[in-house]
Amino acid sequence: MCLGIPGKIESVYEDHGTKMAKIDFGGVLREACIEVIPEAKPGDWTIVHAGFALNLLSEEEARETLDILEQMSELAELEDQEHSG
Amino acid sequence: MQGPVCPVPHHHTDTVVIGHGSGGSMTRDLIRNIFQSHLGNAYLDQGNDAARIGLQNAEGEMAISTDSHVVFPIFYPGGDIGRLAICGTVNDVAMLGAEPAFLTAGFILEEGLPMETLTRVIESMASACEEARVQIVAGDTKVVEKGKADGIFINTAGFGLIPPGRDLGGQLARPGDAVLISGTLGDHGIAVLQARGDLGFESGIQSDVAPLNKMIAALLEAVSDVHVLRDPTRGGLATTLKEIACQSQVSIHLDEDSIPVKPAVRTACDMLGFDPLYLANEGKLIVVLPEDKVEIALKVLHNNPYGVMAARIGSVSENDPEQVLLKTPYGTTRILDMLSGEILPRIC
Amino acid sequence: MAEQTPDFLAGYRNAKLVKTVLAEIHQTVTQPWTLMEICGGQTHAIMQYGLDQLLPPEIELVHGPGCPVCVTSLELIDQALMIAKQPDVIFTSFGDMLRVPGSKEDLFSIRAAGGQVRVVYSPMDAVKIAAENPDKQIVFFAIGFETTAPANAMAVIQAEKMGLDNFSILPANVLVPPAMHAILSSPNNRIQGFLAAGHVCAIMGYWEYPPIAEQYQTPMAVTGFEPLDLVEGILQTVKMLEEGRVAVENAYSRVVTYEGNKIAQAMLAKVFKPVDRNWRGIGTIPLSGYGLQEAYQQFDATQRFDTGSIQTEESKICIAGQVLQGIKKPSECPAFGTLCTPQTPLGAPMVSSEGACAAYYRYGRKKS
Repeated sequence: MCLGIPGKIESVYEDHGTKMAKIDFGGVLREACIEVIPEAKPGDWTIVHAGFALNLLSEEEARETLDILEQMSELAELEDQEHSG
Repeated sequence: MQGPVCPVPHHHTDTVVIGHGSGGSMTRDLIRNIFQSHLGNAYLDQGNDAARIGLQNAEGEMAISTDSHVVFPIFYPGGDIGRLAICGTVNDVAMLGAEPAFLTAGFILEEGLPMETLTRVIESMASACEEARVQIVAGDTKVVEKGKADGIFINTAGFGLIPPGRDLGGQLARPGDAVLISGTLGDHGIAVLQARGDLGFESGIQSDVAPLNKMIAALLEAVSDVHVLRDPTRGGLATTLKEIACQSQVSIHLDEDSIPVKPAVRTACDMLGFDPLYLANEGKLIVVLPEDKVEIALKVLHNNPYGVMAARIGSVSENDPEQVLLKTPYGTTRILDMLSGEILPRIC
Repeated sequence: MAEQTPDFLAGYRNAKLVKTVLAEIHQTVTQPWTLMEICGGQTHAIMQYGLDQLLPPEIELVHGPGCPVCVTSLELIDQALMIAKQPDVIFTSFGDMLRVPGSKEDLFSIRAAGGQVRVVYSPMDAVKIAAENPDKQIVFFAIGFETTAPANAMAVIQAEKMGLDNFSILPANVLVPPAMHAILSSPNNRIQGFLAAGHVCAIMGYWEYPPIAEQYQTPMAVTGFEPLDLVEGILQTVKMLEEGRVAVENAYSRVVTYEGNKIAQAMLAKVFKPVDRNWRGIGTIPLSGYGLQEAYQQFDATQRFDTGSIQTEESKICIAGQVLQGIKKPSECPAFGTLCTPQTPLGAPMVSSEGACAAYYRYGRKKS
């Protein structure tokens, strides 16, 4: 269920009073409704499902999680080297 | 809880539905059950893109192919129905190693089609003919009442001579062969879908529709023992390779990382729930050839404007005949089957 | 427009990082555990990347009922078909629904017989079609879980704002927490931990889950859809199981917060109310779906069209129900891959490309 993909907000506008945005999904542009993320502005990341933005995507959280995993990965490599060395 | 329940299947054997034209297994079954069972003969049953016909009193053989074009919309980024009608048939003939020379063209026009539209389509056909160096030598035109066709449908047939000693076909893949693709996958499928406008997305993706006969001629000049050439049109790379694996009774092993797909095509696929390996291409070539010819073949392809992104994507093996197996970047393997019916956006 | 997926998201498909997390899963596991990914999108991703092949043999993943196409009841599909047949109707739907068989036919057959059936990417697009075709009745098949429900609600609100009296929806939304209760309280239940569906939680948050986790002593991790998200969700759940800890953790923090999207939740409460819903293959689950609130009744297609006396017939050949409840794997079905393929589906999980059976078939989990 729920195929949602990340995209970057290009521009925001209104259609019959409903908040809409043009969103760039890595080279593919599509309109989506951003009524439930009214604070969204161009440059923000969001997750879109069926033409509807579900939430903002936190770049900070994304990087933090990845940083932790990258450190884990480096640590594991070091341990491997120690074991084999 | 009521326990297991299950719907009765609908096989669509009573009426034609859109999936019968998708190029996957529904199309295959339609051809087998209706066309081949009534019209089958040794030539039709070869099962390649074109038929190979022996000529009396002449050297070599003739490749004959036909293809109908009903693409909607008529014009889309990177191509149009006219260019497609020429390239589709030229490519089918060229896949047997023949040099396409003559084409026929049949037109079904819908009442009300603007003359300007028709002229643009014909001009595009003329320019594709010039590029491919083929001539249209016979034609036919029918006009049907408004609503009985969709603007314009074009059927083309193509004829070309296969030089003596040249033997190419889907049944000739051998264990140990390498598999190449001439460029990125899915461009045509996404470009046409985008042009229809129903799904409301925009991108710079252009159809790859192109005549491949010159590139093929250069390839066959450099490598005389190519085993299979095939263009992965409807049904995409996966379906076409599955056909080759079945025809040749071999398995094909692909490396997912090596398969070229444009980032925007990949994103469009992520968005719609498509797999680029099943999308249509109209200017791409699958090459199956001996391992020791990979380097030279890639060099020739890279020197052609339609082969710049050519890559080696896999190998042929004798294990697991009739299977196409894809190795993922995570070191896991998945089986690629034929496309079953119409490709539908997967949203939920 | 030329910008591609940035590094910080590409990292979630990085094979090296995925392997690191997998190694930690292998180190953590000491005994067998059965986990359910409730979401069909996750089933698909797991099969597509082959992640199940990389897990320790102790970990069994079973696939949940989280494919809205699969669980939509036969009655609703037959109602949809009946509406789509009407001469003045343009019936709009997400793509997957076209293939799903009703008692006697599917939406493809309706189209072949001259009915107007259109695939849309967004419920909002169906509203646009309504505005462009004032002389037609436009009906949208509003399926989906909590992720899709706000888009469906928004379509209704938008139609109201635009004063469209030719737009209606066939309400078919289903809800995750009641399904979790149904699965966990079943006497056949084998599930010891859940991967909660990331995009459902993007809307709903996960404040509804701790009482469920507590009640059934079943830890959960809110999980995303990229390979790294999936293995991370599995790792967090397995860690909780190994430590004997029952909690709900968030392994998809870049998109999901505890409280969820409150504006979306308010929108849902305004337009929809919980109703009992029949799930294909499972049966009726109390208050497990959304019907329209009184104020929006005029947008209910079942009020607008006479869909009264529908008699449904289900054959009892396949084990779809047990697959949807996670009791059996698709490959345990006697019909799997032989009588039942994506082209000749016997059950909805093989019909929808998000269905567990289709995912198994497509990504090569043949019978072994």
